[in-house]
Parts: sequence; C-alpha cells; structure tokens
Amino acid sequence: MLQEAYFILSNYIWQIVDGLVIVAIFPLLAGYVVLLERKVMADMQARLGPMRVGPHGLLQPLADAVKLMIKEDIIPESADRAIFWLAPVLSVFAGMLSFAAIPVGPGFLIADMNIGLLFIFAVSSMGIFGIVLGGWASNSHYSLMGALRSSAQLVSYEVAVGMAMVSGLLLAGTLSMKDIVGYQAHSGFWLVFVAPVGFVIYLVGSVAETNRAPFDLPEAESELVAGYMTEYSGFRWALYFLAEYSNMVVVGSVATTLFLGGWLRPFAGTPAFHFLDYAPPLVMLGVTGYCVYRIPKQTGWDQKFIMAIFTGICFVITVPLAAALPHPVAGWQAGVHGAFWFIAKVMAYVYVFLWARFTFPRYRFDQLMQLGWHYLIPLSIVNVMGVATAIVLHREAGWNPVVSIGVTLVVTVLAALWLVRAGERREQATLKSAA
Amino acid sequence: MDEPQNPATALPVEMPIPGADEIVLNMGPQHPSTHGVLRVKLKLDGERIEASECIIGYLHRGVEKIAEHRSYQQFAPYVDRMDYVAAVSNGLGYCEAVEKLLGAEAPPRAKVVRTILTELQRIASHLLWLGTHALDIGALTPVFYCLREREEVLKIFEKYCGARLTTHAFRIGGLQYETYDGFEHDVKRFCDDFEKKVEEYEQLLTGNRIWVGRTKGIGILTGEQAIALGVTGPPLRASGVKWDIRKAMPYAAYDQYQFDIPSGQNGDTYDRYLVRMEEMRQSRRICLQAIENIPTGPIMAKVGKVLKPPPGEVYHAIEAPKGEIGYYVVSDGTVQPYRVRVRPPSFINLQAFDTMARGHLVADVVAIIGTLDIVLGEVDR
Repeated sequence: MLQEAYFILSNYIWQIVDGLVIVAIFPLLAGYVVLLERKVMADMQARLGPMRVGPHGLLQPLADAVKLMIKEDIIPESADRAIFWLAPVLSVFAGMLSFAAIPVGPGFLIADMNIGLLFIFAVSSMGIFGIVLGGWASNSHYSLMGALRSSAQLVSYEVAVGMAMVSGLLLAGTLSMKDIVGYQAHSGFWLVFVAPVGFVIYLVGSVAETNRAPFDLPEAESELVAGYMTEYSGFRWALYFLAEYSNMVVVGSVATTLFLGGWLRPFAGTPAFHFLDYAPPLVMLGVTGYCVYRIPKQTGWDQKFIMAIFTGICFVITVPLAAALPHPVAGWQAGVHGAFWFIAKVMAYVYVFLWARFTFPRYRFDQLMQLGWHYLIPLSIVNVMGVATAIVLHREAGWNPVVSIGVTLVVTVLAALWLVRAGERREQATLKSAA
Repeated sequence: MDEPQNPATALPVEMPIPGADEIVLNMGPQHPSTHGVLRVKLKLDGERIEASECIIGYLHRGVEKIAEHRSYQQFAPYVDRMDYVAAVSNGLGYCEAVEKLLGAEAPPRAKVVRTILTELQRIASHLLWLGTHALDIGALTPVFYCLREREEVLKIFEKYCGARLTTHAFRIGGLQYETYDGFEHDVKRFCDDFEKKVEEYEQLLTGNRIWVGRTKGIGILTGEQAIALGVTGPPLRASGVKWDIRKAMPYAAYDQYQFDIPSGQNGDTYDRYLVRMEEMRQSRRICLQAIENIPTGPIMAKVGKVLKPPPGEVYHAIEAPKGEIGYYVVSDGTVQPYRVRVRPPSFINLQAFDTMARGHLVADVVAIIGTLDIVLGEVDR
C-alpha cells in the first residue's frame, strides 16, 4: 500500500505540482486578463481605465476578488437552491479541467492524453450545463431566456468549431496535443498556413462558444440585463466570471496548439531566424526597464513600492529566459522559452477577442443562428472536404503539397463567396417580404 | 359612481393563463436600456413580441402645474428639467412662446446667438442619442467618442452661462448674458473639428454589416402612420415626410441660413440613424453660417421687469432635437401663467412604440427605444 502510494507519488509528482500551480495561479491569471481587457477597452475608448488601485490599476484584480468574496450571498427565494449552488461550480470546473490537457511548454503538460483535443472539446462543452442550469434555477424570465439562448447558440457553433478542428486534425493525424505541435515542428509549417479557412472558422466559432461579443447574447446587457447571471451576485457571480475568462484562455490555447504552432518559436526550423531566441529575454527586460522608469513617477511611497514589486516580478521572469539562451531547444531551457511563446500567442488570440468586442455591435439572436447554420457550418464542411482532398492529392496522387493545398483553398474560398452571395439574396428577399 | 378601475387590470397586456405559450416580460423601470424609468410590458411568444405597452409616470414631477404658481420668468428654468439633454431647445421654445404672448420680439443679435446655441444643443443631443443607441445595440466604443465631442459643446455652454446641462441660457425677451470673448472662435473650432468626427462615427457604424443587420427593416413606420400617431422630428422625416418647423414656420434666425432637411424613405431604424447623422452635419453648417455674421446691438428687448402679458392664449412650437416641442401658454393678465401645456416630442413619439415593435424580437425593443430618442424627464414631465 505504502509502496503503491510512493510509486504514484514518484511517477506523478510533476503532474500534481503542475495541477496545483494551475489551480493556484489560474484565478489570478483570469483576474489579470480582466485587467488587460479593461485597459485595452480604455485604450480604444480614449480613456485611462483602472488607475487607482495600485500603479496603473495593477492591484485592481485583487481588490475585485476581495470585494466579490465578502459580498452578501443572495439566493432568490423562489430559486432551486441545490441547482443554483451547483451551476456556477460546474461552469468553473469545466473551464479549469480543460487545462489538464493543454501543453504550455514541451515539459509543462499535466496529462499527455492521446485524445487530448477530444478531451478538451468534451470538457469545455460541459460548461454549458452550468449556464443552462443556472438560468433555469434562478426562476426568472431574463435568466431563462439567457439560458435558452446560450444552449441554442452552443449547439449551433459546436458543429462548426468541431469541423474546423477536424480540418487541423486531418493534417496532423493525431489527437494528442503534444503530437499536434510535434507535427507542426516537423513539417515546418503552422497549420494556420495550411488550413487558413479552418482557422477563421475556429476564430469566429470560438468567440460564439465563449459567449463573447459580438455573440454575447446569453448575457446581452442591454436586452436581458445579465442573461443567465441576472440573479447571481457575489462569489457565485465571480465563479461564472472566472469560467468565462477561463474558457477564453482555453479556446485561445486550443487555437494556439492546433493552428499557431503551440510553444514553437516563429520560424523554429530556420537557422537564419535563430536570433529570435533573444526576443523573450529582451522583451521582458524591456518591460522591466519600463517599470523601473515608471517607479519615480508614482505618487506616494506605497505606489512606488508596489511598482517596485512588479518590476521585481518582471525581472524574476527575465532571469530564466536569459539563462536558457545558450541552449533553448531541449530540457528546461526549451520549457521556459516555449511557455513564453505559448502565452504570447494565447494573449494575441485573446486580444483579437477584446478587439472584436469593442468594435462590433451585437448580433441579434436569429442573425446569430443564421450566421452559424447558413454560413459557418456549410463552409466548415466544404473546408474539411477540401483539406481531405488536398491530403489525398498529395499523399496518394503525389501532387506538390503547395499546389494541392492552393487548389483546394481556391475552391473553398469560392464556396465561401457563393455562400455570402446566396445569403445576401435571401436577406433582400426577406426585407422585401417584410416591406 | 363607478368604481375606480385598477390600472393593473385595465392593461391590454394581461398575464397569460398558466400553461399558455406566451410569457409577459417586464422591461424596466429598472433596466439598463430603457433610458431612465420607462417600463415596457411585453407579451412574448418565444422571443417575438405580440403586444406591448409602455407604462410611464415614474418621473412625473408636475412641471405644468408648477407653472401656475410661478411668475413667467421663474418658470423658465423648470423647462430645462424636462428634456435635460436638450435644455437650450426647451428654453428657446418657452421664451419665444411668452414673447409671442407679450407681443415682444428678441433683438437680432439675441436671435442669432439663440440659433447658434440651439443648434449646438441639437448636435449635443444627437451625439448622446448616437452613443446610447449604439451602446444598446452592443457597440461599446462609440459612446465614448460621442461624449468626448459633446463635452466640447458643454464647455461652450459653460463658458457662456456657467451651466452645462440645465443651462437656462435664454431669458424672455432676449439673452441675459453677452457672449464671452472668443465665443465665435470656440464655435468655429468645434465645427471645424466636428466634420471629421462625424466621418469617424460613420466609419464605425454606417457600413458595418452587424449594425445594418440590426437596424435595417426594424421598427418600420410609414409616413401615414407617423402622421396619424403625431410623430415628429427625425422619426417623421425618416419616414419620408419632409416636415421641419425650422423651415415650415421659421423662428429665431433660421430664415437667414441655408440648410437642408434630410429625409429617409423606409422609415426604419437605419433611416432614422442616417437622418440624425445628416442633421448633425446640417446643424454644423448653420452654426458656421451664423458665426460669420453676428449682428451687433442690444441683446434684450424692452419687456420690463415684471411680465404681465395681456389676457389671451398662444401656441408656439419649435423644432427640438427630438421633434416638435410646443408650448400652449394661457394668460389671465396676472404675473403668473393661467396654464402652461407642453407638447413634448418624446411623449408623443413614444406612442409609436407599439406599432413599431409588434412582430419584432426582444432584442429589437432596445433598438426601437433607442431610435425613438426619448428622454423620460420629458415624457413624464
């Protein structure tokens, strides 16, 4: 018995540590994604954003978390208490469980499953139960309508997203997250260049799946107050919030792994671009330098002190990145550099989400369904067939890979244009019949 | 005597029988996008609106009754509190109505300054409408750009009369204050910058597929329907009826300036959006013409300190940003008006809500409320 326990501990110690690290730092990370969102939003809207709590609002996430935790816990009288309690937990559970299979770096992966992608796809879809159950248990019209909307939305977009993933999987030939990145390292091309249509479909579909604007209908503020979250407050609300941001990071990670080369550096296989290895420590050093420059500009010794702490954190991150420089292809050195590139790619992907949110108005529900069923799903099917044809042409008929992919891509794009034309005609017909 | 009817049971939108397919949804009075304290009762089949009813009165302050206990001048600040985002326009209507009753006329200089300030107010009011309307439809960013430009207008107001929102800028008979040094310069600078800003808003919204999809064909109001419902202002013009009191019955100094009346054809939310965007450009054009040549001379007509209009009644209407705002003032020869009846554009435009909303989805309700550009302070008074 003891021996067994020792065996498990010695073999899985790193997985356990990784798991604890994720559980411990993850809510903090989500908090800082929120801060990032508010800062990006402020930047686009000619404002400053949070500036009061800590220098440049750097402590805002902590203040928000404390505030949400000490708020009164309200459960509406007519709510179904058990489900009302369970729903947000389920949501956040699904979001965090997905992280088990996400390879942040070559060595930083909790569970290297051979069905990794399928696992993430299945688990993150479970989050919808949290939304539907929460909306139902609140026993309010707005919540119910938000829950119904999100279930319909999820079902529609799951198909398109799944099909987009398939187009990547066909090329990689594996479901293991690690091997997908390995395939991209081996072939020398990120899959986004091989299956660009699939990537675009995944991008649009993942925005819809995470209920982010312009597809944030389940929680459409101006229509349904807060949708399924209307009756939630305090810590339960924070859990939903956490789930939303964790889902954002999860879809970003999946997109990064599947389409954007995971932890690989840009041009990883080309010796001429090896100077890019200097980028991670230099970028972090630049951030550290900027923090040092900002320290004397803070008002009050406390703000200066906090700024100095953040400077220190940036420097501490810089050190291993710089130490890994001499040999950043294997071992822990590859791990830290891989994590840097992975997080940078995920953040870039998340930034696109934010950008879209602050630029576009919101879709109406029927238009959202139309976009899913009339455009994305047909296009994703055409795309999968196109990719499959390209593979057959290359591997069986011996075509040049660039030619076979180019030909099928042209066909797919033509199909997309035809879909848009047909949609426009349909729209005009409905407008005419309405008038 | 009949028993007083319970207002809750007198509503056409009644609670459905349990088990029926319809649900009744209460939007407001505390809802993020009913622009204040409007309560809309919606009878829904799924998300489709079968019937709707606006319930108002949550902001009723008895403004018209207050008028009967104040002197003519004392009442003037109260009208600013009706449509509080277009206070200057409200004040202009009231001052001109009382002047008509007195048989007085503001001097030319006062008229031109009034025109400039009222047109700036129209721009400010439309900017606030654009920002909140876009916010309701889900575009988070335009509202901040709109408020940024509105701020410039409010700064001009602040410099002129010390107040930003409820300005009480005009007095019966003319103006209280002379324009400040650099007034023309400020207005000109604002107008010069503003042209580019309108282009910016249009870039964000006009061609945006989602925006067009959310507004085109939504809340259609035909010209006949609009006239029958008494709708005025941009909603009327978007339905193809070219009715603008500035042209039809010129007041202040509008007869001296060149400007166009934008109008639409379909009477949908998109057309109302385009009409208001063009109106902002036309207001800018009027301002630019007006500051070219502000006549010199007195700013106040000789109306005396105590206003005692002869017994009689008068109706005077002006084109406020939201539509026709009319004042029906009755004098009994004393220092206090016998009755002041306001014809508020928001109140009357809101009547069209049910006609516009039927058959649309819940999401369109916010688009329709936004496009009507109502201010509840004016609806309830």
